[in-house]
Amino acid sequence: MRYARPETIEQAAGLLSQEQGVTRILTGGTDVMVQLKAGLVEPALIVDIKHLPGLRSITSEDGGFRIGAAVSGAEMGEHAALRALWPGVVEGAELIGSTQVQGRATMVGNLCNGSPAADAVPGLIAANATARITGPNGTRDCPVADIPAGPGKTTLGKGEIVTSLHLPARPPHSGDAYLRFIPRTEMDIAVVSAAVSLTIDASGTVTAARVALGAVAPTVRLVGPAADAIIGSKLDESALTALAAAASAACSPIDDKRGTIAFRTQVAGVLARRAAQIAYTRAKPTTGASQ
Amino acid sequence: MKSIHVSASVNGDAVEFICAPDESLLDVLRNRLDLTGAKEGCGTGDCGACSVTLNGRLVCSCLVLGAEAEGTEIGTIEGLATGDTLHPLQQSFIDHAALQCGICTPGILVAAKALLEKNPDPSDTEVRYWLAGNLCRCTGYDKIIHAVLDAAKTMRGA
Repeated sequence: MRYARPETIEQAAGLLSQEQGVTRILTGGTDVMVQLKAGLVEPALIVDIKHLPGLRSITSEDGGFRIGAAVSGAEMGEHAALRALWPGVVEGAELIGSTQVQGRATMVGNLCNGSPAADAVPGLIAANATARITGPNGTRDCPVADIPAGPGKTTLGKGEIVTSLHLPARPPHSGDAYLRFIPRTEMDIAVVSAAVSLTIDASGTVTAARVALGAVAPTVRLVGPAADAIIGSKLDESALTALAAAASAACSPIDDKRGTIAFRTQVAGVLARRAAQIAYTRAKPTTGASQ
Repeated sequence: MKSIHVSASVNGDAVEFICAPDESLLDVLRNRLDLTGAKEGCGTGDCGACSVTLNGRLVCSCLVLGAEAEGTEIGTIEGLATGDTLHPLQQSFIDHAALQCGICTPGILVAAKALLEKNPDPSDTEVRYWLAGNLCRCTGYDKIIHAVLDAAKTMRGA
């Protein structure tokens, strides 16, 4: 195995695209190092990119935020303005692992690791976040929702590197939230998860919403019918019931040691409902934009 | 594999070492720098026994490559005491008998120090969540939590 620390992102993309063997990109390393240790991958080349310009910073852009690929969960949690604008995205990222893991783990790593249970990804998809990707053919932007392709797989091409994520601006009276079910209180992998982002008008009617579910399909799933169930409502009981039913209907989970198909399907509805209620509370002007 | 030359700072001292590209920072600390306080419990970032600070940030040294340490400042358990004078956290762990076999203790002390630097007056719940990534199979945790809270109190009064 070779370890490379290129000086530009273009050099990094060049190294990755020219390497014939297995490659891994290193930022936080909290998945890559575990895979190395377990012998799950034997890369010929590891390319460390965390020192490259812009990869460690959170910057305001177009009313939203651009978050570098090597920004850790702990750094996101300490950024008050980011928390205020996208509290659900930050709480998803902060649920990953222990304090120690938070010191290194990144949202981009969580995305590119390709786990259907990735805690950062439902919030990003509900937020309609965009990934900036540099590869051998230049730079492109891609919705985060289009990157996961199945367990451990992404749609990224050979030599392509996600360098940052962009969380968009949002209208006043918007809120988002992420919830997961785990059988303990900390340090576990989501059995089921749900993220909801919504905007309400002055009367409290939901004018826009996005609902994403984790760990209930081969990829994190954006559920249009679940969003449609609450758009136009004031999140009354019938809308919440319809939201939960649409969320459950969108599930095609596996049975495994973490949870059964029936359990995951039911809990996806419960979590979507609760996440929508938290997002709604955060969106209400009387209680402030966030908590 | 081509060895890599790395310059870093450990507990304020400049160090240089040569390591393999796939060698963890934990293995470098233990096997090349003779700093054996950090322990390998799981090697996969679950147990926290290898906790160190990297540029002031608490991390599992088993999840860091030695090669990544170039130019960084690393803090380990060996830097906690000042000469023969124990850090208040170390004294508090002894006073509360907050350890039995001791394998997890260096990691917990490093993690607790990082907490108290960020939050000098944590609640019981905040200490428990902060230390959720430090597993101890002997004590049942209560004595550890009490020791950290008591050390925090001592340090606030100092």
